[in-house]
Amino acid sequence: MSTQQEWPLWEVFVRSKAGLDHKHCGSLHAADAKMAVQMARDVYTRRQEGVSIWVVPSSAITASDPSDKGAYFDPMEDKVYRHPTFYELPDSLNHM
Amino acid sequence: MSASIQIGSAAPFRYVLRLADTCLISAQRLSEWCGHAPILEEDIAMSNIALDLVGQARALLSHAAALDGRGHDEDQLAFLREERDYLNPVLVELPRGDFAFTQLRQAGLALWLLLFWEKLEASSDAELAAIAAKAVKEARYHFEHAGDWVVRLGDGSEESAERMKAALTTLWPYFNELFDADDIDSTQTLGPAWSALRDDWQQRFSRLLQDACLPVPAASKYQSRGRQGVHSEHMGPLLAQMQVLQRAYPGGKW
Repeated sequence: MSTQQEWPLWEVFVRSKAGLDHKHCGSLHAADAKMAVQMARDVYTRRQEGVSIWVVPSSAITASDPSDKGAYFDPMEDKVYRHPTFYELPDSLNHM
Repeated sequence: MSASIQIGSAAPFRYVLRLADTCLISAQRLSEWCGHAPILEEDIAMSNIALDLVGQARALLSHAAALDGRGHDEDQLAFLREERDYLNPVLVELPRGDFAFTQLRQAGLALWLLLFWEKLEASSDAELAAIAAKAVKEARYHFEHAGDWVVRLGDGSEESAERMKAALTTLWPYFNELFDADDIDSTQTLGPAWSALRDDWQQRFSRLLQDACLPVPAASKYQSRGRQGVHSEHMGPLLAQMQVLQRAYPGGKW
């Protein structure tokens, strides 16, 4: 169907009942934001996955270039000192 | 081949049964879209709504079976009755038509069910009240979803508006039955008489039609009588498809 191809793509973010943040769970086609929220509700929360939905036009997302992956992310591989694993935490701090 | 079951004629039982049948038969029609909706997302949405309606029908059929007291279960009531013993309004058995027809019918029915559940929540029958309290949330979403489509298509392209107008012309006379008064409604004390929903429905549905740039049709005198078991020629084939498995494999579970 031609109209289907004309509909923009939306990225869907869902916050689960226990979750604090909205997590990306997929994308879908919809004519506008309102329809996108409804479609997200039907496609991505039909098994009680969520209590809140965000939709964002996919075109609004600027992504890092996959060809930059080496330059961007590989240098972090041997920077073990950036992980705060050398501290001893008091027992009362359970959720750091 | 399973033989048909006989059902009772008490008003409370029939009152619950025809609400159950309204949900059941509209679910059957809506489920025909599975795999055929214009887009994948809507395909899932329509299947979800059909399943909500099946869930409502199951709860109501179980309760109706208890009221009837003949030892039937929900499956027997759903699949083993003769056509004349199905008490849904003709509106919900009409063939699914095109997408505009389905969404307009769904919007009208969802609004009607929404109003019905809101009143049934106050039922003296605790189980009916509980079923209504769960279903009212589903109906609210069903009306929003189908209502949005009515506005999109009615106020959309030339072709979509034409299809909505055609659907409205066909469907309008059949909405009458949703507000018909009869002895069952006036003698039962479980919930609202269907006729009590007319004013609210008219008001809100007219507003929807106005939002969709569709003219509100003049009142029709046509009166279908599915609630009394008098169905259209479309009911037989629908039942044949719906019943075939349970008739061929009695008690079959999957």
